[in-house]
Amino acid sequence: MHYSPPPMHIPDGFLSLMISIICWVISAAVIGLAISKTNKSLGEKQIPLMGVMAAFIFAAQMINFPVAGGTSGHLLGGALAAIVLGPWAGMLVMTAVIATQALLFQDGGLVVMGANLLNMGLVTAAIGYGFYRFALNQAKPIKLSVIGVSAWLSVMAGALLTSLELWLSGASDLKVVVPAMLGVHALIGLGEALITVSAVTFILQTRPDLLAAGSESAKGSRAWIYVGGLIALIVVTLSPLASADPDGLNRVAMDLGFIDTAQSASGPLAGYVVPFLASASASKIAAGAFGALVVGAVAFLIGRGIKAKPQA
Amino acid sequence: MHFDAFDRYHEKNSLVHRLDPRVKAALTVIFIVSNALLPDGAWSAFGAAWLFLLAANYYSQLGAGYTFKRSLIALPFALVAITILFSMPGQALVSFRLFFWNLTITDLGLLRFVSILIRSWLSVQAAILLVATTRFPDLIHALEHLKVPAVLTTIIAFLYRYLFVLTDEVFRLLRARESRSAAVPGNRSGGGVLWRAKVAGNLAGQLFLRSYERSDRIYNAMIARGYSGRLYTLNPHELKSGDYFVMAFGLLFIVMLQAIGRF
Repeated sequence: MHYSPPPMHIPDGFLSLMISIICWVISAAVIGLAISKTNKSLGEKQIPLMGVMAAFIFAAQMINFPVAGGTSGHLLGGALAAIVLGPWAGMLVMTAVIATQALLFQDGGLVVMGANLLNMGLVTAAIGYGFYRFALNQAKPIKLSVIGVSAWLSVMAGALLTSLELWLSGASDLKVVVPAMLGVHALIGLGEALITVSAVTFILQTRPDLLAAGSESAKGSRAWIYVGGLIALIVVTLSPLASADPDGLNRVAMDLGFIDTAQSASGPLAGYVVPFLASASASKIAAGAFGALVVGAVAFLIGRGIKAKPQA
Repeated sequence: MHFDAFDRYHEKNSLVHRLDPRVKAALTVIFIVSNALLPDGAWSAFGAAWLFLLAANYYSQLGAGYTFKRSLIALPFALVAITILFSMPGQALVSFRLFFWNLTITDLGLLRFVSILIRSWLSVQAAILLVATTRFPDLIHALEHLKVPAVLTTIIAFLYRYLFVLTDEVFRLLRARESRSAAVPGNRSGGGVLWRAKVAGNLAGQLFLRSYERSDRIYNAMIARGYSGRLYTLNPHELKSGDYFVMAFGLLFIVMLQAIGRF
């Protein structure tokens, strides 16, 4: 077949069981929330729609355009799915796509699927929709450039998450994997941004009603702006940090108990003073703050879901 | 395009094919988890796991080497693990210069790298065997029994049902682009990269609209045939005594694998 996967699917065996389980828990919580949200707002009509849309994303990933030297630009589709279908439906569609790629084609593993869902489906959709929601009522040129930025960022976020998971599993060296993944995906993200922007432009010209006020796409909560913005902020601050100061991150991961000293990818750290996190207490604070941020974001998402339920 | 163009199912009437899809799916996942749990360098456990796969291959009548032949698809991803060769602390094995890097392969690095590759290779074979011996709709139905939410399994069922239809649609769009992109020999056709990206984006947008409108027609047709939000199957899944036996045997074997790997 002509199907060629975007190069981010982690196969089984590369992530440690603990990282796989953590990713599964986060993904399952978000997907569960997405199911309860879509069940509420959409009728049974939405199910065939989402199924066909999932097939659309799958098929759209086959569309490519030649760039240079035999390489070609591709679509991942997370941002596009969230923009045209709304955030929750977009997440479910991406979940179905990634699950099918793993089940049917062995693109990406089964036990690590939680990580793949998180990297390629959920985070991409959250960033894509958050930015889009922010620019929803702006003039068209602003809206389109914001969409472009969000599509690029969504790919970068997926790449960063992928490399962090690999590193925390002890399958890759932080110093190399982050710059390498981000470098490659900076280009892939450009392709993603260009295709997403021109696809949305095309839809705005031919069927503006699908994206107009009152459509599923425009109904998403304003909270998405904060969720998408927060994830993007983490990506933007963590990427340079991971590239410029991998030892600092290694230290944080060790303090959190993700990797033990013997496994540390950066070699013996004994007597080594990390410039950014000079003391153990400072690095614990940083680790704690990061953990609190993540837990807070998850709690916020779940809290919103529970609060909104009684209206159903 | 034929409806099963994407299928990896191989029709046979073997012991493995007749197993309940739930048993196969659960054993596959547990096998992969067990691989992830095996410590680095548990060679005898890796070997035993491979024998398990060979036996499963044999009993599926696909030929003992069937999954082996298709198992190299995850290999490109090994690239990301190569760095571990040089970065793990340990006894130096080989040192060499590549351009301006001094690289030293350590024994622990090599051990870890090879272990990761073997785990991945064993796991991907188990997944290949699962889809080669289970019809995809049966697999989805099994997932529903294993408590995957019905919304998701139904979306996946629709995705599977319409994938080949929309793939045909993509090929029509791509063919149309090809046929409008004539070039004089020696000259490149079309505009620059931006222009090409825009054309690709238009194709994606066009594909979206065609899919969207098709989903409307599909829904109406389904309503006309009595669709109420649930999909039914003519293959009811019943666990027979053989299924219980295989499940118990598989679990026992996986526990044994862990014992071999750890002691």
